Amino acid sequence: MSIINLKLKIWRQSGSEKGRFREYQSGPISTDMSFLEMLDVLNERLTLEGEEPVAFDHDCREGICGACGAVVQGHPHGHVKKTTLCQLHMRHFKDGDSLVIEPFRARAFKIVKDLVVDRSSFDHIISEGGYVSVNTGGAVDANAIPVAKETADQALDAAECIGCGACVASCPNASAMLFVGAKVSQLALLPQGHPERAKRALAMVQEMDRQGFGNCRNERECEAACPKGISIRNIARLNREHVKAFIS
Amino acid sequence: MSGPLNSPMELNSQIPSGPLENKWDNFRFENKLVNPANKRKYTIIVVGTGLAGASAAASLAELGYSIKSFCIQDSPRRAHSIAAQGGINAAKNYQNDGDSIRRLFYDTIKGGDFRAREANVYRLAQISNGIIDQCVAQGVPFAREYGGQLTNRSFGGAQVSRTFYARGQTGQQLLLGAYGALMRQVKSGQVTIFPRSEIMDIVTVEGAAKGVVVRNLLSGKIDSHAADAVILATGGYGNVFFLSTNAMASNVTASWKAYKKGAGFANPCFVQIHPTCIPVHGSCQSKLTLMSESLRNDGRVWVPKHKNDARPPSLIPQEDRDYYLETKYPSFGNLVPRDVASRNTKEQCDLGKGVGPTGLAVYLDFADAVNRDGIEVIQQKYGNLFAMYEKITAVNPISEPMRIYPAVHYAMGGLWVDYSLMSTVNGLFVLGEANFSDHGSNRLGASALMQGLSDGYFVIPYTIAPYLSATVPGQVSTDCSEFKAAEQKVHARQNKLASMNGTRTVDDFHRELGHILWEHCGMARNEQGLQKALELIPALREEFWQNVKVPGSALDLNQSLERAGRVADFLEFSELMVRDALAREESCGCHFREEHQTVENEAKRDDENFAHVAVWQNAGEKNTPQRLKEELTFENVAMSQRSYK
Repeated sequence: MSIINLKLKIWRQSGSEKGRFREYQSGPISTDMSFLEMLDVLNERLTLEGEEPVAFDHDCREGICGACGAVVQGHPHGHVKKTTLCQLHMRHFKDGDSLVIEPFRARAFKIVKDLVVDRSSFDHIISEGGYVSVNTGGAVDANAIPVAKETADQALDAAECIGCGACVASCPNASAMLFVGAKVSQLALLPQGHPERAKRALAMVQEMDRQGFGNCRNERECEAACPKGISIRNIARLNREHVKAFIS
Repeated sequence: MSGPLNSPMELNSQIPSGPLENKWDNFRFENKLVNPANKRKYTIIVVGTGLAGASAAASLAELGYSIKSFCIQDSPRRAHSIAAQGGINAAKNYQNDGDSIRRLFYDTIKGGDFRAREANVYRLAQISNGIIDQCVAQGVPFAREYGGQLTNRSFGGAQVSRTFYARGQTGQQLLLGAYGALMRQVKSGQVTIFPRSEIMDIVTVEGAAKGVVVRNLLSGKIDSHAADAVILATGGYGNVFFLSTNAMASNVTASWKAYKKGAGFANPCFVQIHPTCIPVHGSCQSKLTLMSESLRNDGRVWVPKHKNDARPPSLIPQEDRDYYLETKYPSFGNLVPRDVASRNTKEQCDLGKGVGPTGLAVYLDFADAVNRDGIEVIQQKYGNLFAMYEKITAVNPISEPMRIYPAVHYAMGGLWVDYSLMSTVNGLFVLGEANFSDHGSNRLGASALMQGLSDGYFVIPYTIAPYLSATVPGQVSTDCSEFKAAEQKVHARQNKLASMNGTRTVDDFHRELGHILWEHCGMARNEQGLQKALELIPALREEFWQNVKVPGSALDLNQSLERAGRVADFLEFSELMVRDALAREESCGCHFREEHQTVENEAKRDDENFAHVAVWQNAGEKNTPQRLKEELTFENVAMSQRSYK
């Protein structure tokens, strides 16, 4: 463990006012801390100095809830691969580094305050079909329909999406194709999702467009930024599902 | 000390008649139902969107009730159930290894050290199989064998393999299933969701829960919502310790407000300290990260045999290692229940045999498993957990054993509920970790997901019906005086907190409270320490209300203010927790009173005097709360000294 000092340029924005970057010194930071713990240290100091702390979303701090996220030096969740901001540790930075920290930016993600954005557009997309329409009760025995291990594994690869929005923030078109592709793939791969697969693909894509997300241009930035490493193969599968649904 | 203000509340557990196996059937048959056409007239508030809350909201909406669903996060999908790693138990016996409903029931009762209610636990075991069926039907991608069948692994406290899993993220997959079901009902119009909403009070009218007062976390606006019944599925209170494996926003506020409105609080001192977490790194640490119990299937726990052995683990030969769990508990070995594992780890570290820079850690070693099964097999089972460990510690657990230490993880205690999951306040139901009912004084691994989904998918849809069928729908609106009075109190408290301009931050107070509790009400407790805590907590609380500093406005997104409110409630609740630990003069499960141990340092129960649930009744601000009892009777299992040897 060692101690580093950083220069921070953080996006501050509140209410209807126009946002701007403000500069702060981090003060001494242990390299064992996580990025969010570094922000905690800054916020404790700002509080005591009578300034409002930097607002940021966070909850589980173990990389699974998908609440946290900011763009650090141009990278959503920072430059370390397959890592959420809460799991990004300060040992990946050097003493004296200057860091620009800003919120995820996209038309469909309105900035709420500082680094906090509104991602309810993702909930709207899921409500259009990101599920199997079964009521509670009456399910057949869990082993009644065998599912090949490879298929179950692939479905889980897609289902690992944590809905953080880094894919959107990294995309030049602010597209949500990876997010939608992940859910459509999971349910298209598993037999339980088959009855609704066509309807699901159409409805979710339509809602994605309605929410103001752009289209995919094969930049692959989303895959690189995804903290769970979700593959763009899921976008290909989404396209296939969508075309099949469209012409059937 | 002055006497209580209220007369003691009634604690009728409403256990149905008949033999254990038939109680749930009998209940469902004798149960009053609500006519399908009438269901839509009832509005139900569900607070929390974790496994219990989301599954309850979705299932009740499917039946036709109108649901208002509240959560503190920006999306219902982020509730803390998402972080559960290891798995979910069910008595499917797919492995043909001798499992049955009765065995799951017995393991759970025994694991809980005979401090849970037989009828509730049996129902849980009966329902467990249906949960797996339901989740598979929703498209939850559980792990499978090459033949396409579901696979299982073992967890602590059981000698069968009954845990279903999806890599190390079972909670995530189950929650996304429940979230999908919830969003489907949002689409159908049966559920309205209110994300970024925090419950500030529960409103009762003529003794029955009729709504909630809510703060919109974005605007700071205080609003009331009325309903015919209120369901709390708000999780556990482990964050009272400041450092825990719980998510940052997890809190006791809704449960605490319910307690103040007359809901009994049961066994608050029962808090699970999980044996395998990543050790604390420094004073600015904000939370602790769990390493799933499933790792104990293949990982071996050890410490150096000699005190202060500073050699790196690779240079410590076998004969100088103490695999203390395997030696002490040959039949269960590394898979002893969590309380036993945690206590033994503390004991080794107290003896000076702990490892790492702080001496507060032990090794969890995969070398033998890798030699036996190969790296690939072990990576496939635990790959994402290994990656998570490496991310946090910068150490690869294949090349060097993991270092682990116990951390606060789960609250077995919670609001008291009867068989129908109704609290002592009429119409206030409590589900999942927020209630006390199924885990006694120690929860077994992979049973939290089972209980949350059991309560939400399969219990509450039946057990809420008799209450509603006796209730005229829509009687109360938010215009009534009870709502206005509650709103005013909330406003006053928010404004007071937001105007506090002292010299210490909220986190500073919270951290100090955590230290007090970890020191005096943690893995081992004694009378002197608990008495000490009872002096320290009120003093800290008083200082908080004089000297905390909360920047920003009450009418804005203000995360300091949110935390201030939660910590203020923790500062009150913690006292009840310590009081409960002091009054329970025995050791059981997680609750280890140093005065009460066997010659082998195991927990020594006192069944004659403490085979009961302790239920605390609020007696107003100035009075000591009253301790009531629900006696536990064991007709189907013999209460034995737990042995895992």
